[in-house]
Amino acid sequence: MIMDLYLKIWRQKDRNATGKLVTYTLTDLNPHMSFLEMLDILNEQLITGGEEPVEFDHDCREGICGQCGMMINGIAHGPLKHTTTCQLHLRSFKDKDTITIEPFRSAAFHIKKDLKVDRSAFDRIISSGGFVSINTGQAPDATAIPISHELAESAFDSAACIGCGACVATCKNGSAALFTSAKITHMALLPQGKEERSQRVINMIKQMDKESFGHCSNTEACEVECPQGISVLNIARMNFEYNKALFFKKK
Amino acid sequence: MILNSKIPEGPLDEKWTRYKKTAKLVNPANRKKLDVIVIGTGLAGSSIAASLGEMGYQVKSFCFQDSPRRAHSVAAQGGVNAAKNYKNDGDSVYRMFVDTLKGGDFRAREANVYRMAECSLNLIDQAVAQGVPFGREYGGYLNNRSFGGVQVSRTFYARGQTGQQLLLGAYQALMRQVGKGTVQLFTRHEMLDVVVIDGKARGVIVRNLDTGDIERHAAHTVVLATGGYGKIYYLSTLAMGCNGSAIWRAHKKGALMASPSWIQIHPTSLPQSGSYQSKLTLMSESLRNDGRIWVPMKEGETREPNAIPEEERDYYLERRYPAFGNLAPRDISSRAAKERIDAGFGIGPLKNAVYLDFAKAISEQGKQKIQEKYGNLFDMYEKITGYDAYSVPMMISPSAHFSMGGLWVDYELMTSLPGLFALGEANFADHGANRLGANSLLQASVDGYFIGPYTIANYLANDIHTGKISTDHIAFERAEEDVRKQIDVFLKIKGSKTVDYFHKTLGKILYDYCGLARNEKGLRYAIEEIRKLKQEFFKDVIVSGEADTLNSELEKAGRVADYFEIGELMCYDALTRNESCGAHFREEYQTADGEALRNDAEYQFISAWLWKGENEEPELVKEPLTFEEIQPTVRSYK
Repeated sequence: MIMDLYLKIWRQKDRNATGKLVTYTLTDLNPHMSFLEMLDILNEQLITGGEEPVEFDHDCREGICGQCGMMINGIAHGPLKHTTTCQLHLRSFKDKDTITIEPFRSAAFHIKKDLKVDRSAFDRIISSGGFVSINTGQAPDATAIPISHELAESAFDSAACIGCGACVATCKNGSAALFTSAKITHMALLPQGKEERSQRVINMIKQMDKESFGHCSNTEACEVECPQGISVLNIARMNFEYNKALFFKKK
Repeated sequence: MILNSKIPEGPLDEKWTRYKKTAKLVNPANRKKLDVIVIGTGLAGSSIAASLGEMGYQVKSFCFQDSPRRAHSVAAQGGVNAAKNYKNDGDSVYRMFVDTLKGGDFRAREANVYRMAECSLNLIDQAVAQGVPFGREYGGYLNNRSFGGVQVSRTFYARGQTGQQLLLGAYQALMRQVGKGTVQLFTRHEMLDVVVIDGKARGVIVRNLDTGDIERHAAHTVVLATGGYGKIYYLSTLAMGCNGSAIWRAHKKGALMASPSWIQIHPTSLPQSGSYQSKLTLMSESLRNDGRIWVPMKEGETREPNAIPEEERDYYLERRYPAFGNLAPRDISSRAAKERIDAGFGIGPLKNAVYLDFAKAISEQGKQKIQEKYGNLFDMYEKITGYDAYSVPMMISPSAHFSMGGLWVDYELMTSLPGLFALGEANFADHGANRLGANSLLQASVDGYFIGPYTIANYLANDIHTGKISTDHIAFERAEEDVRKQIDVFLKIKGSKTVDYFHKTLGKILYDYCGLARNEKGLRYAIEEIRKLKQEFFKDVIVSGEADTLNSELEKAGRVADYFEIGELMCYDALTRNESCGAHFREEYQTADGEALRNDAEYQFISAWLWKGENEEPELVKEPLTFEEIQPTVRSYK
């Protein structure tokens, strides 16, 4: 079985240029092909035809690096739940489908070119407090602090975030609450992160507000689109940690 | 040329301690006068940049990805080894040293291997303190699993995402230093040349991949932590952006390359399904703890796997290697799979795979237990293939994975170019001719957290009076000019074939003639073919777009141009080693039952290669290997 697809892809030369949707047709595609391999084929055709290829972000192509990401028919990472764009295959579409492909748009993620966006705001949020302040060589023995199986698993659930930005792109407010809260929760749950938990949540939220992210209004769309299934309960915990930190903050 | 490995004197278990005792130090007030450039932000790069930043050096950290957290260490699934002996199953630093040296087929330095095992203890402590959520037992203590080539459980893990969690620990340590201003971060920057002044590495030329700007950066020392070049085969388990360009350009500036042909072909990746394919996804080796590998006994079998009765299945690893069974080391498991596939017993639509079956484990332990251990891997398998591996066996196949070869380094992890260090997979040092599972996260971390900070400081101690290195030096000017010229060449060819076409063609040549099995005739043929392909590339490649903008094709062109030369050197390396060892299997040198035949009398050395110029044969420099602690034995897993 083979399939034909009609693609409408966002093309934009650089940050300041005006972009537009351009239509392309691909024929004779194998349904077992991944979505990005389909774009590889399109690019191969564009390049040999003397045109510039569609720029898109991708790297590991196994769903863990968090570099890929696009809006596919208006859904971050496409129709398959809890999946990155690179793990999406053409079998999720039908023959003769029209697919609209756009970048992860948000006020805080400016477009670099075509489907590539700047997500460095995430790095700055981590830099503001998403860590345990421990230098190399200071660590006690690994078994010094027992952590229950359940607690380690819960911390992992939050730590699993891949930083792709689907949560921001899908949020109508462009909020980074899910991303930020996942790191805050990971650190707040574990004993290693407890010493700095108040200052961490204050600093990270301050940085989040400084970037052009919007506020969270609890639509929970982010959890629906998250490839790692990060729960919105992380946001609830972040708010709890934040209020507690402000309440007990030394004047 | 004589290579000095600078192994410290003294008994094996005291060498590293002695080194640390006598290494030169830099006082805290002087550290801020010393600049360090680190290329790459994987486990090795992030951890060395963070550690040096913490100590007070001025660090610049570069990566080509859009965030340091995306480096390919992130994709390691199964785990990280450490000789903690928390399982009370007889593990020790010495045992881990022996396993690793034997696993590498006695083609690594004893002292390096011992140090890696020794430092493994600290790494687990460091990672736990950073908040890495390793798997725990119900009492709250750390859990372990087994990996190939060993008989103890020494692998620590965070579900099937251990690399991600370790990298996030290192990334967070790095970002903490970025926040403090000790590390300056340059994402989306690719190193295109090393600048050498008075015989020392003193800086780099980088390209800003978003703007196309060519920049000069100077420092007292340059650290390459740029990973492996297994993506040279095009189809591999590596990320699309992984490349060998940083180490190759350093090689052309005088750093020797060691054992370039030793590339691990991983036994458990997903098989190729069509010509459009861009990558072969890895399924963690940890699956072999519970999965059994088999092929049908009947050639050209057409029944569905579950319809094939037990007595008509060939569990070939259990049959050939009863002592280790499904946990035989990677090189051996991959070759055994190739043997069955070549003999006509392969399965799947292209008959290029074998089964990895969990039916027995599920019936014994229950589906929930298996789900807990490998849930994300089973999910990934289903997303890619559309099959549910809880009910039908997985189909797996060997795929290029890890480069044991890399830049030659001494005990201090310094290359033969003074002032240039290579850490992690970018160097050749610790794995010999075959890496054991869960040792790569370990080596990258240990190099960055625990070895580099001592050895790099020891080097920098001589530079406290040097003062700032200027980027106005003629060497910077020339290097920048060369980089600009090369970019110009690519853009002006305007041929008819894409960069990917050349990459795929090269990859096919290497898989066929310098992959799982090699022979003299094939290697000579491959060298000719690669040269022809390279000529065709410079006549007929098409690189669209311009130099001064974001241009992925231009990035790829530079990497593939280097791959031709790396590929050629790999073939020379394989051709001149007339023995079989680890991942290097020369068909002429095998036992009657198809096992590797090592030749210690003539080949107990590391092959280090000196660049002699374009179209010149490289020069082979040998570093003899001496074994004081254990004598090389025939590596048997039977």
